[in-house]
Amino acid sequence: MIEIRNLSKRFDSLVVLDDVSFRVNDASLVVVLGPSGTGKTVLLKAMLGLLPVDSGEVLFDGREIQTATEKEIYDIRKQVGFVFQGTALFDSMNVADNIALPLCEHTTLSAKEIRKRLCSLLEVVGMAGKANLYPQSLSGGMKRLVAVARALALNPKYLFYDEPTTGLDPIMTDRVVGLIKNLKKSHTSSGIVVTHDLETAKAVGDEIYMLKKGRIKRLKKIEKELYD
Amino acid sequence: MNLFSAIGDFSSFFIRSVFISWQLRQTRYRILRQVYEVGINSLPLILIIATFVGLVSIVQTSYQVAGSMPRYILGATVGRMVMIELGPILTALMVSGRCASSMAAEIGSMRVTEQIDALEIMAINPYRFLNLPRIIGTFIALPVLTVIAEFDALLVGGLYAHFFLDVPFGVFNYGLTHFFYAREFFGGLMKSLFFSVVIATSGCYFGFRVRGGAREVGKAATFAVVTASILVLMLDFLVALVIFG
Repeated sequence: MIEIRNLSKRFDSLVVLDDVSFRVNDASLVVVLGPSGTGKTVLLKAMLGLLPVDSGEVLFDGREIQTATEKEIYDIRKQVGFVFQGTALFDSMNVADNIALPLCEHTTLSAKEIRKRLCSLLEVVGMAGKANLYPQSLSGGMKRLVAVARALALNPKYLFYDEPTTGLDPIMTDRVVGLIKNLKKSHTSSGIVVTHDLETAKAVGDEIYMLKKGRIKRLKKIEKELYD
Repeated sequence: MNLFSAIGDFSSFFIRSVFISWQLRQTRYRILRQVYEVGINSLPLILIIATFVGLVSIVQTSYQVAGSMPRYILGATVGRMVMIELGPILTALMVSGRCASSMAAEIGSMRVTEQIDALEIMAINPYRFLNLPRIIGTFIALPVLTVIAEFDALLVGGLYAHFFLDVPFGVFNYGLTHFFYAREFFGGLMKSLFFSVVIATSGCYFGFRVRGGAREVGKAATFAVVTASILVLMLDFLVALVIFG
């Protein structure tokens, strides 16, 4: 379980997160909805200790990340797969090396075992046969799928998606949304999806929160509350 | 940022990049790749520079000593000049221009495209992943390049003297070997070890500090080369003072 307690973050006079609290229960997918520029990505990065926060705490299974040592932070991050909005694939590596990197760094798997895992991950995301391509030769949607495969490499307990469908055509959006839903069922991992896309939010979220002007609020009747 | 805090920041960046767990199983291939990038890929440029250094040195020295000193002095003078000063400093400045800028640009682009954040989130220490191989790779490659450059410059100088200055190669070689002091040769190599550290650290440091976009990446590449070159010249003076002063 991930617990976010009273998280606040400001950049100079701009308040981005104001006393944000919520919880991500095991095996559930929480969606944080909000217009562009409201601090959704800042929230994800602050949760993982990539950005310092002004106050508040984030607990992964009871372990607080803000006061953790570097080693403890890395131990927590090994349990997290993160799909960046811009994919953040390593452009000097091909698809196979991108996905295999966490396996090479954190496991003692043999080259053969890594290849086997790589093939199964590429099949999961529907990218079999694309292992030798470089990110520059992939479309935006395909990059997103490779980023998901890389995030899944270490079989993480938590999956974080940063705007997973932004900039994709409707067919690719359906494919990515379908993949997120399938992963929720098959991997039983919990996670957070931040998006500004209401349809994606409704399709994948077990709980939906709205982030606006730094404050977060749980939505129950989505359309009505958004309209209000 | 004032000068002292900049020096402190630069030093702590170096310490953070090198005094960590090296995890050689994962890092060794990246170190070898950097040895290749810095060493093998710089070799053609270094050979061209060294060839002209050898030619200029022999022509200038011949002009200054011709008729007033024994001919073997050419070998002695050019040898000491190349081994103590010209070889290490010119190789380092060429590698600064070529490698510090490319390191800063590559790491800077990784910064702006969130690839460094991706490393952090994958629990991969970016200092170990990006900086350590570049610093160690340059540390290995630069002294080797320096020795090759010195050999090339002396060989070309000797051949020029033989064919155009009427100084037989044997006479040139006599001057070179008779006045050879290991301390001078190893002093020059010691310099290149120090130079390698500041060149690679400058490239990585300015790449890591990039915030923004393409313009900042370009600026980082420029800062990296300028800083590396200035630090190389400063260190040249300091090491010369300690070893030869």
